Amino acid sequence: MKILSVIKGLAGLALGAVISVQASADVLKIAVSANFHSALKELVTPFEKQTGDKVAISVGSTGALYNQISHGAPFDLFLAADKRRPQMLVDAGKALDKPVTYAYGRLAYWKPGAGKVAYQTIKAEKGRIAIANPRTAPYGLAAQQVLEHMGLLDTKKHQLVQGNNIAQTWQFVKTGNVPSGFVALSQLRADNVTGDYLVLKEDLYDRIEQQAVIPKSAPNSRLAQKFLEYLEGEAQQKQIQDAGYYPGVHPTGHK
Amino acid sequence: MTEQLLQTTVGQAVWVTLKLASTTTLILMMAGLPLAWKLANMKSRARPVIEALVGLPMVLPPTVLGFYLLVAFSPQNLPGKLWLDMTGSTLAFSFTGLVVASVIYSLPFVVQPLQRAFEQLDKGLLESAATLGAGPLDQFISIVLPQSLRAVLLAACLGFAHTVGEFGVVLMIGGNLPGETQVLSIALFEAVETQDFTSAHTMAAGLLLFALILLVSLYSLERKEHR
Repeated sequence: MKILSVIKGLAGLALGAVISVQASADVLKIAVSANFHSALKELVTPFEKQTGDKVAISVGSTGALYNQISHGAPFDLFLAADKRRPQMLVDAGKALDKPVTYAYGRLAYWKPGAGKVAYQTIKAEKGRIAIANPRTAPYGLAAQQVLEHMGLLDTKKHQLVQGNNIAQTWQFVKTGNVPSGFVALSQLRADNVTGDYLVLKEDLYDRIEQQAVIPKSAPNSRLAQKFLEYLEGEAQQKQIQDAGYYPGVHPTGHK
Repeated sequence: MTEQLLQTTVGQAVWVTLKLASTTTLILMMAGLPLAWKLANMKSRARPVIEALVGLPMVLPPTVLGFYLLVAFSPQNLPGKLWLDMTGSTLAFSFTGLVVASVIYSLPFVVQPLQRAFEQLDKGLLESAATLGAGPLDQFISIVLPQSLRAVLLAACLGFAHTVGEFGVVLMIGGNLPGETQVLSIALFEAVETQDFTSAHTMAAGLLLFALILLVSLYSLERKEHR
């Protein structure tokens, strides 16, 4: 008898948990590429205050997040680091709308303790160089293109250490395990790094067009739409620019 | 033909994985045999503490080990700096670094089966050997090892298999260098992330088959032992 009531109690608890999960379905779930994480956090706080909505952020590499979404992960909004993955969702009929460019990424070469960094610094670097995996991370691909354009890819190839995404690449350099690396300008800005880095000229790499898309499977597409409109606002685009990007809407100073 | 195969991503990853697992197993057997023997015959109160230290990698998330190794390997900190001064290279993102990590990570899988076998040994046999004048090393080589041959094989196989199955630690300290630190589990992860499902299927099925064959052999070995 006693056992039965315990089971009943547990069943009630489990049911309650299930219901509370369903009740919290009006949380906006955003899947964001690692490079935009800190910028997004800054943007989310005022949004939550303004609207009273709640936002939950999941961070990963663009490739990993794409896989999760294309296999039905319940994200409402996908902020990718490229336009290829959002387009793949469109092609597969898994996107609700056309993707929107929310920012253009900017690449930097960072060598802590170097003081002034120039292109010559990259050329002269004898130690390991951290880059994000060019096959999975758009910032890694851009870094590879920079080395290629500088004619250094062959000579530097054996010095390259690959981070799984741009966040891990940053961490390799930050912990001192790798003396220098190609990171996102936004990461340097978020960490208040001054000096020790070089913002790479845009003609050295294909522009990193970062697109957002609402998956067809989004449980809360209405809220995602609302956030996307907020993201395109003038003040928010200015904030994105200050965070180390070129604004995605009405880009200025970028071809 | 073989050379061509080694040039491919999968081929390189297989090679790195086999090299890592063999090196790790070799080191683990050399360190694990005396350690397990010491533990099996230890009467000190420190024994549970040492046993716990050896067993830690079984319960800790690999990220704990990965994080501490990353911090330790950094030239900003003492261990990493000493290594850099001694060898001129850093441990993180190198094959040697992976060996260090794998030895720690797979240690319990080698030490525990050995220790259990040693504890069940007939002590009378050793005593008679001792009265006949056999020294401790002689006893170990001519009695303990032949008596525990199955356990030794089991320990080596488990250490090898567990190293092949390593992922989290390698992801954190490997740096994904093809031919050096890109093991199969990491190459598979990359293939999935790049939507290269053909390669992913090849590697996943290969690993699954390998693990299955190994475990079936180990369990049949155990059956024979009980008979």
